[in-house]
Amino acid sequence: MAILVIAEHNNEALGASTLATLAAAQKIGADVHVLVAGSGSQSVADAAAACEGVVKVLHADNADLEHATAESLASIVKANAEGYTHILAPASTYGKNFMPRIGALLDVQPISDIVSVEDENTFKRPIYAGNAIATVQSNDPVKVITVRGTAFDAVAATGGSAEIASVDASGNISEKSKFESQELTKSERPELTAAKVIISGGRGMGSGENFQMIEEIADKLGAAVGASRAAVDAGFVPNDYQVGQTGKIVAPELYIAVGISGAIQHLAGMKDSKVIVAINKDEEAPIFQIADYGLVADLFKVLPELKEAL
Amino acid sequence: MKILVTVKRVVDYNVKVRVKDDNSGVETANVKMSMNPFCEIAVEEAVRLKEKGVATEIVVASIGPAQAQETLRTALALGADRAVLVKTEENVEPLGVAKILKEVVTKESPDMVIMGKQSIDGDNNQSGQMLAALMDWPQGTFASEVNVADGKIAVTREIDGGLETVGLTLPAVVTTDLRLNEPRFASLPNIMKAKRKPLEEMSPEDLGVDIAPRTQTLKVEAPAQRTAGIKVETVAELVEKLKNEAKVI
Ligand SMILES: Cc1cc2nc3c(=O)[nH]c(=O)nc-3n(C[C@H](O)[C@H](O)[C@H](O)COP(=O)(O)OP(=O)(O)OC[C@H]3O[C@@H](n4cnc5c(N)ncnc54)[C@H](O)[C@@H]3O)c2cc1C
Ligand SMILES: Cc1cc2nc3c(=O)[nH]c(=O)nc-3n(C[C@H](O)[C@H](O)[C@H](O)COP(=O)(O)OP(=O)(O)OC[C@H]3O[C@@H](n4cnc5c(N)ncnc54)[C@H](O)[C@@H]3O)c2cc1C
Repeated sequence: MAILVIAEHNNEALGASTLATLAAAQKIGADVHVLVAGSGSQSVADAAAACEGVVKVLHADNADLEHATAESLASIVKANAEGYTHILAPASTYGKNFMPRIGALLDVQPISDIVSVEDENTFKRPIYAGNAIATVQSNDPVKVITVRGTAFDAVAATGGSAEIASVDASGNISEKSKFESQELTKSERPELTAAKVIISGGRGMGSGENFQMIEEIADKLGAAVGASRAAVDAGFVPNDYQVGQTGKIVAPELYIAVGISGAIQHLAGMKDSKVIVAINKDEEAPIFQIADYGLVADLFKVLPELKEAL
Repeated sequence: MKILVTVKRVVDYNVKVRVKDDNSGVETANVKMSMNPFCEIAVEEAVRLKEKGVATEIVVASIGPAQAQETLRTALALGADRAVLVKTEENVEPLGVAKILKEVVTKESPDMVIMGKQSIDGDNNQSGQMLAALMDWPQGTFASEVNVADGKIAVTREIDGGLETVGLTLPAVVTTDLRLNEPRFASLPNIMKAKRKPLEEMSPEDLGVDIAPRTQTLKVEAPAQRTAGIKVETVAELVEKLKNEAKVI
C-alpha cells in the first residue's frame, strides 16, 4: 500500500499545508510518496525528501509547470497513479482545483476536506458549514482526498532522506488552459492559515482605511489579518482575507473578531480557534455565544486603547 | 453562444441545520429550501452575458427531486430560457452529478457551463471540476471575473494568495465565487412568464448513467459545541485575561 501526497508549493518552498497533509497520510499508512510538480523546483523536491516519513519523491519539473494548471496537474497525477491506494492534497484553493479532476479521471468519488482518519477507508468531514460532521466510508479502490490543514499537526520538515525520482511531464501539459497572470496580496504578516494569532474585521469597520487600526494591532501581536465576507464584498480588504465556510478555515491560538456579527458561515471558518475574543457594540450579536471573552463596546473607541495596551 | 447553468436545491443558508437524533443525517423536513447561493451567481452571470449579447440561449439544469422544479422556475424567472430536470430521489454524489451533466452537455452542446463552486449543504466543491475532466474541457474555478473574447475566455480566480487569471479555450466549465456578481431578484411579471417556459424532465436511467454511490455516510454528528465565555468590561481587563488566564499573548 503506497500513498501519494501532491505537494503545494511556490517553486521555492514547500507549503505548510503539505506538512499537515503528510500527517494525515501517515495516519492512513506507512509508504508515503510526494509528487512535486513545478518549474525550477529542486529546492521543493529536496524539502519534500527531507520530511519525516517520506520514502520517495516524484519530481516533475517543466517550464510549463511554473503555474501548473489543474488540467496539467490532473493529467500528471493520473499518469503516475498506478500502485497508489490513496492520493491526498491540501484542501486549499490549490488542492480543491485539481483533485476532483483526478477523481473523475480515475472514476472515483473524492472525499473533500477531511478532519480525521478513522481507518484507511473511513474519514470524517464537515458538512453544512461545519454544523454537522459526517463519517464517510469510501468503497472506491483508490481514495482521492483533500485534507483540512488545521485538523492535523504538521509532520517534522526534517529527518527524512527520501529518494527523488524525476518524472517526465512533457506529455501532460494542457493546451486548453493557460496561466495568464496573478495578483498576490503582499504582506509581511504570517499567512492566515498558519498564524498563531488572527485579528479579523467585519462590516462594522466601516471602511478600508479603518482597517489600519486592525493592522497596527496585528503588527504588535505578530498576527495575521482576516475579515468577514461583508468586509471583503464592501471592498475594505482583498478576497484572500475572507475567513469562513467559503473562504479560509483557520484555527489559531487566539482569534479576535472585531465588528463581526458571527453568521454561521463566518463561524464555520474560525470556531475551532483555541481562544476567541469578540468586540462588538451589539450585545446580542451571535459572535458572543462562542466567544471566550466578549467586549461590548464601540470598536472605534476600544481599538486605539487595545493598541496602546499591548 | 449557448450557456448551460446548473442549479441545486439546498437548505436555505439562513437555516441553522440540526443533526437528526438517530445520526442518519440532518433534519430537512419542514426546512426552508432555496437555490444554492453560488448557483444564483451562476444564473446571474449567464443572464448578464445574454444581456451583453454574448450569450444567445441559457439552458438551466438541476438534478434532484420533483421539488427541484421550483428551483428551475426561479432560474427561468431570473432569465434562463428553458430548463432540464433530471429527476431522482437519490442523493447523487458529485461523480454521479458530473456523469449526468456530461450526458446533458453532450445533448445540448453548450459553449460554456457555469456552475457554483460549492453547494452549501455537501460543501464538496467538486462537481464542476469533475464535469470538466469527464468532458476533457478546461476549467475556471472560483471565478470572480469572466471575460469572453475571440472564442476564448479569461477567468479571474479567487485563490488563497489573491487572484489568478487563466485563459481557456471554449467550450469550458466555469465555477462561481462570491464576488463574481450580485444576483438580482426575480420580478413578479418574470415569475409569471417563467411558468410558461419549457421544462423538460428525464431520469438518470433515460440518460444511461449509473449513479450508484461510491461512498457511504456511516453517521452524521453535531460538532463539538463551544459555550459562551465571559464578558469583560474594559480593554485593560481583556488584555489581563489574555495574558494571565488564557496565556495567548
Ligand atoms: C453562500 C454564502 C457563503 C458565505 N461565506 C461566508 C464566509 O466564508 N465568510 C463570512 O464571513 N461570511 C460568509 N457569508 C456571509 C455571512 O452570511 C454574513 O453575511 C457575513 O459573515 C456578515 O459579515 P459581518 O459580520 O462583517 O457583517 P454584519 O453581519 O453586518 O455584522 C457587522 C457587526 O458589526 C457590529 N458593529 C457595527 N459597528 C460597530 C462598531 N462601531 N463597534 C463595534 N461593533 C460594530 C454590528 O453590531 C454587527 O454585529 C456567506 C454567505 C453566503 C450566502
Ligand atoms: C448528511 C448528508 C448525507 C449524505 N449521504 C449521502 C449518501 O449516503 N450517498 C450519497 O451518494 N451522497 C450522500 N450525500 C451527498 C449529497 O447528496 C451531496 O449533495 C452530493 O454529494 C453533491 O455534492 P455537492 O452538492 O456538495 O457538490 P458540489 O461539488 O459542492 O457542487 C458544486 C456545484 O455543482 C452543481 N451541482 C451539484 N449538485 C447538483 C445537482 N444535484 N443539480 C444541479 N447542479 C448540481 C451546482 O452548480 C453546485 O453549486 C450526503 C450529503 C449529506 C449532506
